[in-house]
Amino acid sequence: MNPQPTDQVARVVSDSLVKWGRDPDHLLQHLIAVQHRCSFVPDEAVERLAAELGVTRSRIRAAVDFYAFLHERPRGDFDILFSDNITDRMVGSTCLMQRLCERLGVEPGVTRADGRVAVDFTSCTGMCDQAPAILVNGLAVTSLSPQRIDGIAELVEQGTPLGDWPSELFAVSDNIRRRGLLLSRSETEGAGLKRLLEEGPERALAQVERSGLRGRGGAGFSTAFKWRFCRESASVESYVVCNADEGEPGTFKDRVLLTSFADLVIEGMTICAGVVRARRGFIYLRGEYRYLIGHLESVLERRRAEGLLGGAILGKRGFDFDIQIHLGAGAYVCGEESALIESLEGKRGITRKRPPFPVTCGYKSHPTVVNNVETFLAAARIVELGGDWFRAQGTEQSRGSKVLSVSGDCASPGIYEYPFGTRVSQVLADCGAETPQAVQISGASGTTLSAAEFDRVIGFEDLPTAGSFMVLDQTRDLLDMVVNFAHFFAHESCGFCTPCRVGGALLRDLADKVAAGRACAQDLEEIRSIGGLMKKASHCGLGATAPNHLIDTLEKFPDVYRRRLRRSDYAPAFDLDAALSEARVLTGRTDAAAHLEEEG
Amino acid sequence: MSELKRFRLDGKEVPFERGQTILDAALAAGEYIPHLCHNPELAPHGSCRVCLVAVKGRRVASCTAMAAEGMEVESNSDEIRNIRRAVVQMLFVEGNHICPGCEKSGACQLQAVAYRLGILAPRFAHFFPRREVDASHPDLIIDFNRCILCELCVRASRDLDGKGVFAISGRGLASRLIVDSPSGKLGDSSLAFSDRAATICPVGAILPKHRGYEVPIGQRLYDRARIDQVGDPAADAREG
Repeated sequence: MNPQPTDQVARVVSDSLVKWGRDPDHLLQHLIAVQHRCSFVPDEAVERLAAELGVTRSRIRAAVDFYAFLHERPRGDFDILFSDNITDRMVGSTCLMQRLCERLGVEPGVTRADGRVAVDFTSCTGMCDQAPAILVNGLAVTSLSPQRIDGIAELVEQGTPLGDWPSELFAVSDNIRRRGLLLSRSETEGAGLKRLLEEGPERALAQVERSGLRGRGGAGFSTAFKWRFCRESASVESYVVCNADEGEPGTFKDRVLLTSFADLVIEGMTICAGVVRARRGFIYLRGEYRYLIGHLESVLERRRAEGLLGGAILGKRGFDFDIQIHLGAGAYVCGEESALIESLEGKRGITRKRPPFPVTCGYKSHPTVVNNVETFLAAARIVELGGDWFRAQGTEQSRGSKVLSVSGDCASPGIYEYPFGTRVSQVLADCGAETPQAVQISGASGTTLSAAEFDRVIGFEDLPTAGSFMVLDQTRDLLDMVVNFAHFFAHESCGFCTPCRVGGALLRDLADKVAAGRACAQDLEEIRSIGGLMKKASHCGLGATAPNHLIDTLEKFPDVYRRRLRRSDYAPAFDLDAALSEARVLTGRTDAAAHLEEEG
Repeated sequence: MSELKRFRLDGKEVPFERGQTILDAALAAGEYIPHLCHNPELAPHGSCRVCLVAVKGRRVASCTAMAAEGMEVESNSDEIRNIRRAVVQMLFVEGNHICPGCEKSGACQLQAVAYRLGILAPRFAHFFPRREVDASHPDLIIDFNRCILCELCVRASRDLDGKGVFAISGRGLASRLIVDSPSGKLGDSSLAFSDRAATICPVGAILPKHRGYEVPIGQRLYDRARIDQVGDPAADAREG
């Protein structure tokens, strides 16, 4: 292990303080900087930050312990994380991880003794269209093959600095397969902003209202209503936040929107700021997309130079608005807007009690508009082209289009934009899914569709979705997906409320018990019962949606479970015979009588 | 003078003042709703979910939901009782709660609420986590095996004592109480025996040293009367 010299830690902390200042709200950004440079957050950094920011050590340690990408112990020169969505597993990620571990001589999750490398799993990294994928020191490497793995093992063994790795390793494709209202054009030239200034904020807001735009993060709250609420609040200070914490397994459209439509997203934020009179905004970018920071910073910088951002936007005195990028650090729950705000304030991402909602009491207790990446993009075009342009597509309750992230068993995974109201079967035909068994729509927290439901339509009135669309064909065992999701939710529960914290872990263990062929009918009843309880009693949407996949598959694919049940009414949670193994060792018994009889 | 507002709790009228939560109004009116993470000295928290009630078909934590005129609140239905029982059973399997050997037995709110809900046996598989005991403080001891993550000590230290001795760290099932001191030990922290945080623990996680079983088990607060009759004065560890 290579202990960090005190002066290096001191330098990292002081550099970060220069960049972010001493407001404790930026604590998470400091910790990410320290983690990045030192491969962990040493006690020395905790002490320094506690003193400089005036916060308790325990607050800092609690944050380090909360975020998956922050560590108390060194991770090594190379920290390699395998994306662990079911779509990664379906294309062999576990074998590739095993191969890499063997090449490097490491155990998953344990830093190699020489401090060179650690290999581990992480939640979905948003590269499902080019899976399997990993993060190396936070940077995405996609389309892994055994050859790529061997090449990476060699680079690690040689100690080649990441900056000298072949750049093609870090190539990420957009894979836009179908363009609709939003994706047909990426240029803006500030057209929406000019319109805002010509016609005034009320007219711009009226266009958003007219468009019928609803939040694209999945919840579907009226965007105009959110903006109006914030605009009409009495507060002199308000904020605009772009939720780019795209953590829902199977979703990756925001990655593409931020890559190729960043101008429009930022323009949407700026228009929103003009409407709600905000002077500051944030893009909360999930840690998995840190490779996009340089690109986003350059777009922000260019827009400042063009007078589209910063002071006196487009020459209008008093129209000042600027945007900072805050990185996340591996916490799915931060996609929930109030947890995201807690995280922006440098705290653990625990969802707040609601009401009050962020539009009245958000960042630093000021009114805050939090919208999805796609929502801001749509809003920019709506103000530019008018509400009627947008509402001409879609359905009565779901106007406009939806950008889908299609992955899994299909010929052409990638980004597909459709008018709302499109049938699932249409998407399946277009992406080349030949023998689909099931579609997991809106991610792990969404709905599992069986073939009988493929004529259902995408829209708030039938299948609301944040955009994730994962196809599983007839060769797949859906229990693999269930186990993967159950582990995901147990890992991502913030731990605040009892039903999600404990219930999620109980469901994970019960799913494992089914997979191991040790479950009985009573266990399935218990899954339903715990799932129902979590839906009713959880504090936030994470716990309330975490059991969906189990409840859906139990109902729609009962054979997936039935064929694995033991033929008994009851089986204990632990293996009785295995529990006696220690006693057998102690007594030196190996005979048959020292074993419990296996019941049939 | 404005007319006193009322809502109905399981059909019974309960008066309330503007800005009062369902739970506070119910407790003030002598109507018991089981709860663990709530203490009227501190801002509502809503994490344990034991005080769940149904209002217009939705389930809300009565400790954080505001009372409203004419509201119909269901607390004693089969559905709500089942949810509560399961939530408390989850708390029992999450930690290591060995009631017969616990100094807080008979004065423990978790135990008392469990009895009130008719829980006599465990239901879920125990996690049996490995947790520590911190006896480094001269006057107090923390047995993390019994912590239910209600954050009462966290909030009391921060909001009442003005210290911030405690915090919740980690996430999910690995969430845990931590102590603000260089070593992470309670003995190095600024916690004083006279702090409210030292006595607010509703279970046997934070206990005073140098005394034990002063009141014999069988004669303690909840041995003498049910929690719905006496409420939770045992939140003060000096009560027995």
